[in-house]
Amino acid sequence: MNKKYTFIIMTILLILSFFVSNASGEEKIIKMSTTTSTENSGLLNVILPEFTKDTGIRVKVFAKGTGAAIRDGMDGNVDVIFVHDKPREDKFMQEGYGAYRLAVMHNDFIILGPKNDPAGIRGMNAKEAFRRIADSKSLFVSRGDDSGTHAKEQELWGLAGITLEKRKTDVIKEGKAESLEYIYPAVLGERYISIGQGMGKTLTFSEEKQAYTLADRGTYLEYRYGREQGLDLEILCEGGDNLGNPYGIIPVNPEKYPDVKYEYADRLARWLVSERGQRLIADYRIQGHQAFFPDALK
Amino acid sequence: MTFFLDSFNSALLLLWSLDKDLLVIVSLSLKVSFFSTLISGLAGVPLGLAISMNDFRGKRLVTTVLNTLLALPTVVIGLFVYSFISRRGLLGSMGLLYTPKAMIIGQVILILPIVITLTITALSRIDGRYRKTAMTLGANPFQTAFVIIREARFSILAAIIVAFGRVIAEVGISMMLGGNARGFTRTMTTAMALEFDKGEFTMSVALGIVLLLISFAVNIVLNYFQGKAGD
Repeated sequence: MNKKYTFIIMTILLILSFFVSNASGEEKIIKMSTTTSTENSGLLNVILPEFTKDTGIRVKVFAKGTGAAIRDGMDGNVDVIFVHDKPREDKFMQEGYGAYRLAVMHNDFIILGPKNDPAGIRGMNAKEAFRRIADSKSLFVSRGDDSGTHAKEQELWGLAGITLEKRKTDVIKEGKAESLEYIYPAVLGERYISIGQGMGKTLTFSEEKQAYTLADRGTYLEYRYGREQGLDLEILCEGGDNLGNPYGIIPVNPEKYPDVKYEYADRLARWLVSERGQRLIADYRIQGHQAFFPDALK
Repeated sequence: MTFFLDSFNSALLLLWSLDKDLLVIVSLSLKVSFFSTLISGLAGVPLGLAISMNDFRGKRLVTTVLNTLLALPTVVIGLFVYSFISRRGLLGSMGLLYTPKAMIIGQVILILPIVITLTITALSRIDGRYRKTAMTLGANPFQTAFVIIREARFSILAAIIVAFGRVIAEVGISMMLGGNARGFTRTMTTAMALEFDKGEFTMSVALGIVLLLISFAVNIVLNYFQGKAGD
């Protein structure tokens, strides 16, 4: 046999193997859009393999800001969403996009900043801290991506009594004029850096600029202790009434999108709030720190 | 269908209302692309000329390496530059990361190989007799180079246009080294990526249309100069 034939046969085998691997696509796979915080914190890498072990269902994860994850659900592009922005989740349910919502877990937000804390906010509650940052000369990095964390940040500026300004950009949607709003604390001026990226990126950006930022604890722990290079930012404010961060899971409504794999999505949602799922969440540690607190455990 | 119509109308609306955010984004995109193209042109054309005019050992290796660099992914350039200019990097004290300067550095690395290789190609098409004639007429090396570049001005300008098109449409470097900070390092492409991430597809495509219109306008201007150069 000469080289030419070998080459042709190899090519055919290669092409065939491609089809074969596709043909065995009887596998149970669902798509889940979630927030960058669940993915970046490493939680999903631990609990989803267990879910697959229990049920044989594999979960494809798309990590984005909560806004985009919810959008995926509204467009029927995914089977289930796992997000943290209660008001928007409620709206999602009201508009009939979700089958039901289950409270899965919560963690909390923390205010991070450089070690030397130039604005002097260490140990303050969130409201005071935000006011102090606004009055200082320090930088603040904002997610700016319509995520759950971004929504929380806007809420905190409001609570701190900082006037939020709106800037509108008009667009056309379904033939009608509509405007996108960008809400920001104008008093900060150029000290307010809105980067429109995920939690992890926001942490490294803030570290680079030695700026203050709002983060969820899970991602912070993972970036601070789960990586070799660590993170040169410290928790300056934590706890208190205003920093809670509840996560909910919502299977996409099969009546709205008949193509979604509701059966599997339903199994995932129920599994997450089951004894086993909840235990796994509670037991998840990042360098010895509990990152998430189960909400459905009796 | 409505989606594209919506996007197109939104793009027109953005332009018509001279949206303030849009103007900031567009001017930053143009500024960064202009400087990276300018620097690459000033460095790349002479380098291409030097490589094409001189015979030296390893010339083929150099061209092969340059051709390979044409396929350099923006993410690799981003990472490479990042590791130098981040706070922990060698040049960390300069505070370059997440500034327009950082974007320009990355973009120059991206398009410098394009300018050099296209210049080499452009010059290789020029009849060798120009060079010999110039030299026989007593031109010094600089005058000779000038004559040759003048002969190849069309193709060299075309190389610059290609390089400009590459950077203005580029997203990886701008995102990694610029960081997409609003009003500061947000370019048209990173803004598009963000609107897509937020699920605002209409806005994303509208920005895409604006980008195309602007590139079109820039090319009309460059074409005008190219035409002038031909007169």
